[in-house]
Amino acid sequence: MNRFSGALDRLGRAVLAGVEEMGKIILLFVSVLGWMFRPPFKLRNIFKQMEFVGVKSIFVVVLTGTFTGMVMALQGYHGFRMFSAESLVGGTVALGMTRELGPVLTSLMVTARAGSAMAAELGTMRVTEQIDALYVMAANPVKHLIVPRVIAGVLMTPLLTVVSDFTGILGGYFVGVHILGINSGIFIKNITRLVELNDIYNGLVKAACFGLILSLIGCYKGFNTYGGAEGVGRATTEAVVLASISILISDYFLTAIMF
Amino acid sequence: MIKLVDLHKSFGKQKVLDGLDLEIEEEKTTVIIGRSGGGKSVLLKHIIGLLRPERGQILIDGTDITKLNDRALNEIRKKFGMLFQEAALFDSMTVAENVAFPLREHTTMKETEIRETVADRLRSVGLTGVEEKMPSELSGGMRKRVGLARAIALRPQIVLFDEPTTGLDPVMTEAINRLIIDTQKNFNLTCVVISHDVRSIFEIGHRIAMLYEGKIIENGTPEELRGSQNPVTLQFLAGSIEGPIRIM
Repeated sequence: MNRFSGALDRLGRAVLAGVEEMGKIILLFVSVLGWMFRPPFKLRNIFKQMEFVGVKSIFVVVLTGTFTGMVMALQGYHGFRMFSAESLVGGTVALGMTRELGPVLTSLMVTARAGSAMAAELGTMRVTEQIDALYVMAANPVKHLIVPRVIAGVLMTPLLTVVSDFTGILGGYFVGVHILGINSGIFIKNITRLVELNDIYNGLVKAACFGLILSLIGCYKGFNTYGGAEGVGRATTEAVVLASISILISDYFLTAIMF
Repeated sequence: MIKLVDLHKSFGKQKVLDGLDLEIEEEKTTVIIGRSGGGKSVLLKHIIGLLRPERGQILIDGTDITKLNDRALNEIRKKFGMLFQEAALFDSMTVAENVAFPLREHTTMKETEIRETVADRLRSVGLTGVEEKMPSELSGGMRKRVGLARAIALRPQIVLFDEPTTGLDPVMTEAINRLIIDTQKNFNLTCVVISHDVRSIFEIGHRIAMLYEGKIIENGTPEELRGSQNPVTLQFLAGSIEGPIRIM
C-alpha cells in the first residue's frame, strides 16, 4: 500500500510539474506576443536569427528531405508493385512529403540544430549574468532575446519545409524514374492529380506551428536555466526532448483538425 | 540616496537577509563586506530590483522600488549602472556594441555621437583601440574595464560593483581599485561595492558596512572599522579562523 501511494504521489507531482511548466510556456508566449508588436522593432536581431535558423539549416534540411523522398519511393514501389500500381509512387511521395514528413522532419532537424542552440545560448547568458545585465540596463530580455528567435522560428520553419518538400519529391523522382524505371510523365501526372494546394498550405501551417513550439520551448528552457555549465547542458537536452515530443503530439491534433 | 529598511529575504529555509537596515551616502563609495555566501550579492540585486524582498523597503531617492511595476522600475534603473563579477558582457557583440547598448536603448543619439561617447567612456577606463574586439578576446581585467565603461555609458548617478577584483592578480586588482576611485571622483558617483578583499576595501571605501547573518552589524569610515572592537569584524579583517564566524 505504501509503495502504491508513493508511486501515486510521484506521478501526481510529475503531472503537476508538467502542467505548471506548460502554463509558464503559455505565459511566455503571451509575453512574446505583447512585446512583438511594441516598437522599436529589433530588425537586425530578427534578421540575424532568421539567418541562423533558416539559411544555416538549409544543408541539413536538403539532405533529410532528399533521402526521405528517396526511401519513400523505394518502399512505396515495392508495396505498390504487389498490385501493379507502381505509377502511384510519385503521388504518394509528394503527398507524404507535403502533408507530413516535410513539416515534421524539418521541424525535428531545426529543433536539433537551432532549438538546442537557443537553449544553450540563452542558458549561458543566464548563468553568466548577461540576462541580469539586460534587466539592469532597463532592457527587456523577452523583447531582445526571445521575440527575434520566435519570429525566426515561425517564419523560417515553413520556408525550410518548402525546401524539404521540393527536394523530397526530387529525391523520389530520381529513385522512381531513374532507378526503378517508372515512366516520368506518369510519375509527375500522379503528383498533380493527387496533391492539392491545400495539402501544401496545411503542411506549411503545421510547420509554422512547429516553428513556434521549438523556438518557444528552446527559449523557455534556456531563459530558466540554473546551475552553471551543468544547467546549460540540462536545459539544452530538455529543450530538444520536450520540443520534439511536443511537435509529434501536436502533429496528430493538427492533422486531425486539418485533413 | 539609497535607504534599505528592515529587508527580509529567504531562499527556501535559508534566511539571507534578516531585517537589514542600511543608508548609503550620496556621492561616496560604500563598501559592503562579509563572508562568501553571506548575502552580499543578494543585497546588491535587491538594490537594483533584480530580486524583491519578502518584507521591507528599498528607497531610491525616496521612492520605494519594492512597490513598483516593471515599467516604473525600469525608469529607476536608468539611474544605475552595474559592473558584474564576470563583467557580463554580451558575448555576441563587440566591445563597442556592448558599451553602445544602453545608449542605443535609451537615447536618440546619432551613430556618430554614439561612436564618440563609446570612445570617451572606453578612454575613461583606460582602453583605446579595442572597439572592434569581441569579449572573448579580452583578458579578465580588460573585460571588467569594458563592463565599467558600459555601466557608466549613460552617466548614471549610482554604480554598483559586484566583487570587482575577484579573480584578478594583485597588479590588476590595484588597477581596478584606482579605476573605481577615479571614476567615482570624475563622474561624482554614488558607488556601492561588495567585496571581501580586505586590502581593496580600505583603499576604495569612504564608508564600510559589515554584513553578517543577514544584518549590517557595523557601518563606519575605514578608520572607525580599523578601530572596531566587534569580534566578527575583527575576525573578518584579520582573516582568522578563530572567532564567532562559523566555518562550514
